[in-house]
Amino acid sequence: MNHRLLYTALLCLPAFAGHAETKVFEHTLANGLKILVKEDHRSPVAVSQVWYKVGSSYEPGGITGISHMLEHMMFKGTDKHAQGEFSRIIAENGGDENAFTGQDYTAYFQTMEASRLAVSFELEADRMRNLHLLPEELKKELQVVTEERRMRTDDNPQAKMQEQFMSVAYSNSAYKHPIIGWPADIANYTVEDIQAWYQRWYAPNNATLVVVGDVQPTTVFELAEKYFGALKPSDIKPLKPQTEIEQLGVRKMTVKVPAKLPSILMGYKVPVLKTAANEWEVYALEVLAGVLDGGNGARLSKELVRGKQIAVSANAGYEMTSRMSDLFELEATPAAGKTVLELEAALKNEVKKLQQTLITTDELQRIKAQVLASDIYQKDSNFYQAMQIGTLETVGLGWQKADEYVAKINQVTAEQVREVAQKYLVEDHLSIAYLEPQTINTSTEKKEAK
Amino acid sequence: MRIRLLKYVGRVSYSGARHIEAKDKAVTRSGFFYLFGLILLAASQYANAAAKIDHWQTPQGSRVYYVRTEGLPMVDIQVVFDAGSARDGQQFGLASLTAGLLDTGAGKWNADDIAQRFESVGANFGAGSTIDTATVSLRTLTDKPLFDKALETMQTILAKPAFNEADFKREKNRTLAGLKQQEESPGVLGSIAFYNTLYGTHPYAHPDPGVIKTVSALKVADLRRFYQNYYVAANAIIVIVGDLTKEQAEQTAEKLVAGLPVGKKADSLPDVAMPLKATQQHIEFPSTQTHVLVGLPGIARKDPDFFSLYVGNHILGGGGLVSKLFNEVREKRGLAYGASSAFMPMMKPGPFLVSLQTRNDQTAEALQVLNKTLADYIAQGPTEAELVAAKKNITGGFAMRFDTNKKLAGYVAMIGFYDMPLDYLDAFQQKIEQVTVASIADALKRHVNLQLLQTVTVGKSEKNVK
Repeated sequence: MNHRLLYTALLCLPAFAGHAETKVFEHTLANGLKILVKEDHRSPVAVSQVWYKVGSSYEPGGITGISHMLEHMMFKGTDKHAQGEFSRIIAENGGDENAFTGQDYTAYFQTMEASRLAVSFELEADRMRNLHLLPEELKKELQVVTEERRMRTDDNPQAKMQEQFMSVAYSNSAYKHPIIGWPADIANYTVEDIQAWYQRWYAPNNATLVVVGDVQPTTVFELAEKYFGALKPSDIKPLKPQTEIEQLGVRKMTVKVPAKLPSILMGYKVPVLKTAANEWEVYALEVLAGVLDGGNGARLSKELVRGKQIAVSANAGYEMTSRMSDLFELEATPAAGKTVLELEAALKNEVKKLQQTLITTDELQRIKAQVLASDIYQKDSNFYQAMQIGTLETVGLGWQKADEYVAKINQVTAEQVREVAQKYLVEDHLSIAYLEPQTINTSTEKKEAK
Repeated sequence: MRIRLLKYVGRVSYSGARHIEAKDKAVTRSGFFYLFGLILLAASQYANAAAKIDHWQTPQGSRVYYVRTEGLPMVDIQVVFDAGSARDGQQFGLASLTAGLLDTGAGKWNADDIAQRFESVGANFGAGSTIDTATVSLRTLTDKPLFDKALETMQTILAKPAFNEADFKREKNRTLAGLKQQEESPGVLGSIAFYNTLYGTHPYAHPDPGVIKTVSALKVADLRRFYQNYYVAANAIIVIVGDLTKEQAEQTAEKLVAGLPVGKKADSLPDVAMPLKATQQHIEFPSTQTHVLVGLPGIARKDPDFFSLYVGNHILGGGGLVSKLFNEVREKRGLAYGASSAFMPMMKPGPFLVSLQTRNDQTAEALQVLNKTLADYIAQGPTEAELVAAKKNITGGFAMRFDTNKKLAGYVAMIGFYDMPLDYLDAFQQKIEQVTVASIADALKRHVNLQLLQTVTVGKSEKNVK
């Protein structure tokens, strides 16, 4: 992609001629481990991330959340390193580390001074194949994950609504269940369950190693060969598609939880890059999301928060890089004296406007300018760049999609936005959740401590 | 390409989530529902950077801090006023709402015009407050026409905010809704109660976004008056980090405050009085977990014990996945997902806070483990091995503290606002190396008086747990 041409010709914005696109270098080891390296020499640091192609959407019923549970157990020691050693060694090397689990991936990362990359590779390679799963450690960590669930979901009204919403919006897609898992499933994992999950998915040929920072690609490839090269690949069985069946009419639900404010959550079934028959439709949906919620000037803020003052907050979101078809979500909190039903009508009216009237040139220009700028801003963070590469690769889109993004958004027309609004934002494929606040009784007692 | 970063479950909420959120695309104003969380976030930055900071004053008396970074055609600009919630007086929420109203109208533009002007050039604008500060910030591309348009808009917002009655009413209502919504979060309730009990009648006691009663009583004239008093050149510092030449930076700084009166620097805040005795406060709340907060006023940013306490706390509960608290509470006993401690230095002594969240019926056990871990540590101090490990972590990860323009700008703002030495960054590692087992033990004993600890718990008490 000739970005220079793109900037000048399409956007009428000046060229950043001296600013060359940073390249991703790719190499695959004999055992199937793919390594992706992006150089950024602004600071003597590097982030290293190991991405596994497994997440909550890979999980069958009964063991939901097991990918996340395994992620926790990955810090519990191997044949070579006792429990706690991993984190101690990283810390001693000045490293910052953690891990995260999503619907479509599980990833582990360390950020360190670039010269210490080998420390992270050695430890990650070790736990890719040699994890020690001990019953007493699982017992404790189960409690930790249960506390995590309480904090994230059980005591958070919005998160609770989101969880209930997903479970109704989907019929058979594995996006139906929460990433952290259902409580009864979390309570009943066994060491055998975790072991089986680990053996099934944790192998070099099911992983991607992403490194972004002050490194030379060839050196990284050599280091990777040294530490990961000897690991045996596995026979990875393909995942069943679990394609969501067609929704045949609007779904509405009420979620009653202790809360102070009502809110509404709406989701339309839409395709993503992985599932769309026509790729442009996905980019048009992305632009549509920007028209509604691309900052203070976007329609939801302008029309609903400021104009009609029917909402105190209103957002739209769409994740085009999911592995399976996803939801285009609208979420809003009514202003005092307004109801969720009035808000629903107002949100639907915004959808209707998109279906009937072409978006303006100004709106299209604004989104394109924002996309262009944020493409630059993102380069300020190695971590974000690695996230992007890792996500795209892990869901099977390929890292190259990141480089196409600006150009593809630039090709979107107002007609295309109207077309996807008409085609996908339809009532029969809509699910709606209303959060109905239940009274919270509180009381305070203060005394001198003994 | 937008990647929704919150749709995953991480291992550790605090270190994990914060780390990544910070890297997320900067949207204009900080999220409506994160009003309170920002206080802790902003206040707990231990910051510095080994980059060369250029420093001068504008003719109007604003201090400027500039760092040139190359490689990306972008710049981060912040104008920071000593106009945080500590300046609210009895009108809690005044500083926050004043900052929040800035971009709803300025010069001849209304909120739509302002948003359109920034967004049409891909710039991110923000205005918000913490306890100590009010910050107006801009991230923009440096290409001239884009940059000029963004800068002109920011300059007008700073110099000619409209404070229209209609915008004021709307934003006030939104704030009130946000305050109401906070009451459904046991974590936020705990945090509010904690600051309250630590600071009593000191201006640090009340929450930055205010409380429903005081915000309801605010008038637009109050905001105008607050703006006139505190948004003045002598009370501002300017931070510029990015791909601008020194000359461009000088012009930028001058333009930004050209329309502001010189005014005067805000008066010193009153000193913080230590609580007279230890207290224990419980807020009954229908949650599945109890939030536990233990602490007392800690240190000011310029406290000479800063480095000893920083390293000392790192060992106790500041070190992410490796710390005494994390080990005792989570790794050994599985009592909580997060357990940590922090000194949050501010202009005057900010809080020292130890916190965790646990299932209601094991609150007593968790609190006991927390108190014992803290008491043992204060009594015995760290071991030599713990000190060596902590130093290795802190100095080994030094470069990561400022490896993005965004982080660097945050750190430069801290140095500028608190008037820290310009070589603070270069001296940082050396100061860490100078810390000893004895200096930590001594500083902890002097600053953490266990007889005065304030304890707040929010959750369902034992008798109400089925």
